[in-house]
Amino acid sequence: MARSGRNTAAKRTLIWLGVLIAVLTAALSGGVISNQASWAPKLALDLEGGTQMILAPQVQGGGNEITSEQLDQAVEIIRQRVDGSGVAEAEITTQSGRNVVVSLPGVPDERTRELIQASAAMEFRPVLAGSTGAAVPEENRTPAEELPEPTGEPANASDLNWITPELYREFEAKDCTDPATVAAAAEQPADPAKPMIACEPETGMKYILGPVEVPGTDIDDASFGQVRGTQGQSLNQWAVNIEFNEQGTQTFKAVTERLFGLSGAQNQFAIVLDGTVISAPTTNAVIPDGKPQITGNFTEESARALSEQLKYGALPISFEIQSEMQISATLGDEQLRMGVIAGLIGLVLVAVYSFFQYRMLGLVTIASLVVAGVLTYLAIALLGWTENYRLSLAGVAGLIVAIGQTADSFIVYFERIRDELRDGRGLVSAVDNGWKRAKRTVLASKAVNLLAAVVLYFVAVGNVRGFAFTLGLTAIADLAVVFLFTHPMMQLLARTKFFGEGHRFSGLDPERLGVVPLYRGAGRLRQPGEGKPKPRGKAAGAAAEAQRRQTIAERRAAAEKERAASVSGRSTDKESN
Amino acid sequence: MLNFAKFGNELYSGKRSYPFVAKYKLWFIIAGAAVLLSLIIPVVKGGFNLGIDFRGGSEFTVSQTQTTELDLGENAVTSVEPGLDPEVTNIAPNTVRIQTEQLSDDQTLAVRDALVEAYGVNADQVTSTFVGPTWGADVTRQALWGLVVFVALAAVLMAIYFRTWKMSLAALTGMAVVMVVTAGLYSLVDFEVTPSAIIGFLTVLSYSLYDTVVVFDKVRENTEDIGTSTRRTFGEEVNLAVNQTLVRSINTSVVGVLPVASILFIGAMLLGAGTLKDLSLSLFIGIIIGTATTVFIAAPMYARLREKEPALVEQAKKVDVRRRQEAKMRESADEEANA
Repeated sequence: MARSGRNTAAKRTLIWLGVLIAVLTAALSGGVISNQASWAPKLALDLEGGTQMILAPQVQGGGNEITSEQLDQAVEIIRQRVDGSGVAEAEITTQSGRNVVVSLPGVPDERTRELIQASAAMEFRPVLAGSTGAAVPEENRTPAEELPEPTGEPANASDLNWITPELYREFEAKDCTDPATVAAAAEQPADPAKPMIACEPETGMKYILGPVEVPGTDIDDASFGQVRGTQGQSLNQWAVNIEFNEQGTQTFKAVTERLFGLSGAQNQFAIVLDGTVISAPTTNAVIPDGKPQITGNFTEESARALSEQLKYGALPISFEIQSEMQISATLGDEQLRMGVIAGLIGLVLVAVYSFFQYRMLGLVTIASLVVAGVLTYLAIALLGWTENYRLSLAGVAGLIVAIGQTADSFIVYFERIRDELRDGRGLVSAVDNGWKRAKRTVLASKAVNLLAAVVLYFVAVGNVRGFAFTLGLTAIADLAVVFLFTHPMMQLLARTKFFGEGHRFSGLDPERLGVVPLYRGAGRLRQPGEGKPKPRGKAAGAAAEAQRRQTIAERRAAAEKERAASVSGRSTDKESN
Repeated sequence: MLNFAKFGNELYSGKRSYPFVAKYKLWFIIAGAAVLLSLIIPVVKGGFNLGIDFRGGSEFTVSQTQTTELDLGENAVTSVEPGLDPEVTNIAPNTVRIQTEQLSDDQTLAVRDALVEAYGVNADQVTSTFVGPTWGADVTRQALWGLVVFVALAAVLMAIYFRTWKMSLAALTGMAVVMVVTAGLYSLVDFEVTPSAIIGFLTVLSYSLYDTVVVFDKVRENTEDIGTSTRRTFGEEVNLAVNQTLVRSINTSVVGVLPVASILFIGAMLLGAGTLKDLSLSLFIGIIIGTATTVFIAAPMYARLREKEPALVEQAKKVDVRRRQEAKMRESADEEANA
């Protein structure tokens, strides 16, 4: 019963593996049919070529000269932006100490292009007045005598004395429904010390804004998430969280203290990016800790977008694409072809070595490696589609190296089975017991590999990140294969005549493994239940374990000793007769 | 030919045993010397041979050329400055890019003229510029951070899994040796350190810990009931575990090295310099050293760390007592037999 039960379990596991592969294949086929994915894995910059953009950084208000520190900072910010959009392994460098060169695999889409270029002149200004975005028709405009007239020097940034008649006229004439007006705003940076008129394309509003109160550089970090109620429950509402640095915290506290007391539009402050208002929240409280939360009609998407704008906006550098060209693969087909050939040679060598070492068990190794290969391929192709994962030559090499590491799981397993056989177990129970031990070892050791992959993926940048991804992928494929294929196969094979009876070429031949049948000299086989009385309870387990752990040499020595004792016993008997 | 199955049997049964733990002093001295050398060599040689990806350098672009043969560019550069090792790539149709380490203005002009002549183009079709490192300080910093976080977490993971921090310490010591010696070898043979080499290096560290965990898991198994057993001392149990997993260690490193060796061979012999060679070299060295340190450094060190614990000292005494008694019994049995 138990025997056939285990058999069914093994078969069921194999069926699950089949289902897994079928599902992955179906998903990929779906992608290919709908023209979103391709059968071939996507290749990285070094193998496929791509687009090279030369970017000229422009420092706001700092003239044309860019210091080397700012350039480094620029490289870092661009790397963040590019890495944030997948694991494509972009290459970023500087040129002539002036420009940033970004090379991306394939043709970058509009979103990536915008992300790279995204300027970063971000500032917080108080709102003085606001209205709907369309220009006020000529006939409805405020007559000259009713225009607001400053009564003195403005006392603070929120003071309505900033609004001059000219400014108000301009405000009325401004048409924020015209995209050209909005686009033009980015081209003439406004003076931070003066009021300005700006549009908010998202809502179609236009505003008169006071001078800059907090510059974008004072933002330490920005994130987004769900708003939590007082009990910590999710309110199903998205919010953007800002963290200011010390300077920003101080200023922002003062600003909110003032704005909180004001009403109407003056209660609002505007987050301005490149002359355009990206958000104009109202002030609901004084923020003393520099950690304001912006809530409103955010979707997850828009909350993410705003938080990214805020985060990357903390650098006062913008980039202009100077030139863009298609570059061919730096390594070319030759290297990839050679890499694949090297992989095949490696695979054949591993196969030959496995046969030499494990005879027909080597077949299980090869079959397992093939299954691992299929799983890895499907994963790579699927991730290429969903995550823009691309295979570089280093990645190809990583996959080849993974052959060895995957094969190691089988080696650990086979060696444990052999150990159990050497202890005199039958193959079926040797497989079960060996698996119990091997499973722990395989899980613990693969955990180390996975840990390395996960940590490097989240902490490192650029090439290292892409490589970590490959490493993690192969570790997971490896685990899947050992659990879903190799072990059930072994369970099934253990019941075949060829392996079960330890055929000379099975790799599990008891004789070759020096199995000591439970043999006790003088032509007697040890009988079950014979020998030392069994201790009870907890000690029994330990003693049995100790007995089992006894090495064969020790067991032989013990057997010999006993034989010697019995011989001497006989001789004494004789003498006494 | 060595019969591996038999070899494995003898190791498993304890009939054949190598004194990995007992001879620990010898291994530690060898490792210490290797580490010391690995630390001295880079200092003496003045650091590592860092590639253009780390340092930046000069870049020439030849455009609208009739021939894109790479040899022409290589020869042109070396004819001006024989010591240089230029990297020539065909970056686009009719365009060749030549990268070298940073050149002086005079050198730049000379190389430029040589390229004009070699490719038979006009002077304005060769442009030169200085490129910064693609692998800048920020990449290095992040990679180092990743390494530190990984090592810390791995230490905690192992300490929890094995329920003793001493195994973590021993495993990390082994890894540190791998790290230093691999770096030392790179410096010694003056191989260029490229991003690929660094990636290979990081893989090796992960591999080294992985290998140690496999062997230590057997050690854990063998020493689980050490408190109730008088069969072997702690050190002997550790040594037995290492011997019992020796066939695995050998098989694993062979299987791990075979594909790497084939990449290295193809990369170095057929393709010359490049990603494949850089990556596989660090892996080749690292896998071999990684397996060796587990057996020769991590395991003996763990045995040494634990042996002095009072409970285990007590246990060692019991083992000694039992052995003496048995020896006595055997003697008396022999005497009886002789009588």
